[in-house]
Amino acid sequence: MARLKLATVWLGGCSGCHMSFLDLDEWLIDLAQLADIVFTPIMDRKVYPENVDAVLVEGAIANEDHFEFIQDVRERSKLLISFGDCAVTGNVTAFRNPLGSALPVLERSYLELPDLDPHLPVEPGIVPRLLERVVPVHAVVKVDAYLPGCPPPPDRIRLALETLVAGKPLELHGKDIKFG
Amino acid sequence: MSVTTLTIDGKLISASQDETILDAARGAGIQIPTLCYVDGLSAHGGCRLCLVEIGGSSRLQPACFMKVAEGMVVQTDTEKLREYRKMIVELLFAEGNHVCSICVANGNCELQTQAMDVGMDHERLDYTYPQRQVDLSHERFGIDHNRCILCTRCVRACDELEGAHTWDVAGRGSNSKVVTDLNQPWGDSPTCTSCGKCFMACPTGAIFKQGATVAEMDHHRAKLEFLVNAREKKQWHV
Repeated sequence: MARLKLATVWLGGCSGCHMSFLDLDEWLIDLAQLADIVFTPIMDRKVYPENVDAVLVEGAIANEDHFEFIQDVRERSKLLISFGDCAVTGNVTAFRNPLGSALPVLERSYLELPDLDPHLPVEPGIVPRLLERVVPVHAVVKVDAYLPGCPPPPDRIRLALETLVAGKPLELHGKDIKFG
Repeated sequence: MSVTTLTIDGKLISASQDETILDAARGAGIQIPTLCYVDGLSAHGGCRLCLVEIGGSSRLQPACFMKVAEGMVVQTDTEKLREYRKMIVELLFAEGNHVCSICVANGNCELQTQAMDVGMDHERLDYTYPQRQVDLSHERFGIDHNRCILCTRCVRACDELEGAHTWDVAGRGSNSKVVTDLNQPWGDSPTCTSCGKCFMACPTGAIFKQGATVAEMDHHRAKLEFLVNAREKKQWHV
């Protein structure tokens, strides 16, 4: 059987899901025998490759870069898995949504709280603009499976990866779909 | 009391005439999911999770209200019901602002558990992100309306167990909310006895104890000072 071409992507999240992924500890060595990790924030690769078998996407769609990038990720991946509560529900990243837009958060963070040089960050081409409303990944592109949790515990990630490596459809149940 | 026989999930069951389908099912060891129902409080029929199919009728009925009847054939766990229950839980999540990961009730929440039980691995509806308030005016308890699912368990516990009827529901439709007395801050309520039964009844983290989350602990040092003053200076009054 051909080795699974696996990727992980980090969008609007805290990287906690990736930390939990690293908490697979020595099983990562086993995973390296079963899959090629072709793209991940943990390695230095700038361009998302073609023909990825499965990708775990951490984080919500919170800014214009996320919105653009997830289209490429979707196009180049056979299976896209929402990885963690931010990707699945918006979670903490979407906590600002009841405020109506991104501006109240930007004003609070960059105008009201700083001691020095308060100004809103505007760096076109460098700092991506925040979207007015944070949305879960499946609100933007088709998602094939969901791996909830904040973060998903390592054994849940392992179960998902083992299912993917075995070429079986991924659908979690019971305690493995617990939010939070 | 006359006895009725009926069939629930293919099982022949006898129940007394005034029992509900929920009572009869539970008596026979058949679990029907509930959220707004609490044993010992009047039924509300608001959450619709306990809907069941009754033979000969196309209308689904809430098991917590519907009385048993002779020869009734009840289904509690069909494909149709499972889909409706999942949709109900998704509607509840979409209607409020439920963020399990940062909620005081994480791991101890009936809404979160129902989501697992109905197989909700994501939300198919758009979240509405309503703007709702948090009331921390009560000395011992707080209410975060973002987490309220309007099950009215607090209202019924306060009315029927404590006899205070501090809580009620105000507003209509998506503007509905639970209120204390005449929609005034909880801390100003002249009827609240601070008994905590609403907190005990709440299925989510909407009603919570003050001082239970990060950086909220109050050591009540002033009490210590009071005791020291009382002993050493014989000052018994503040």
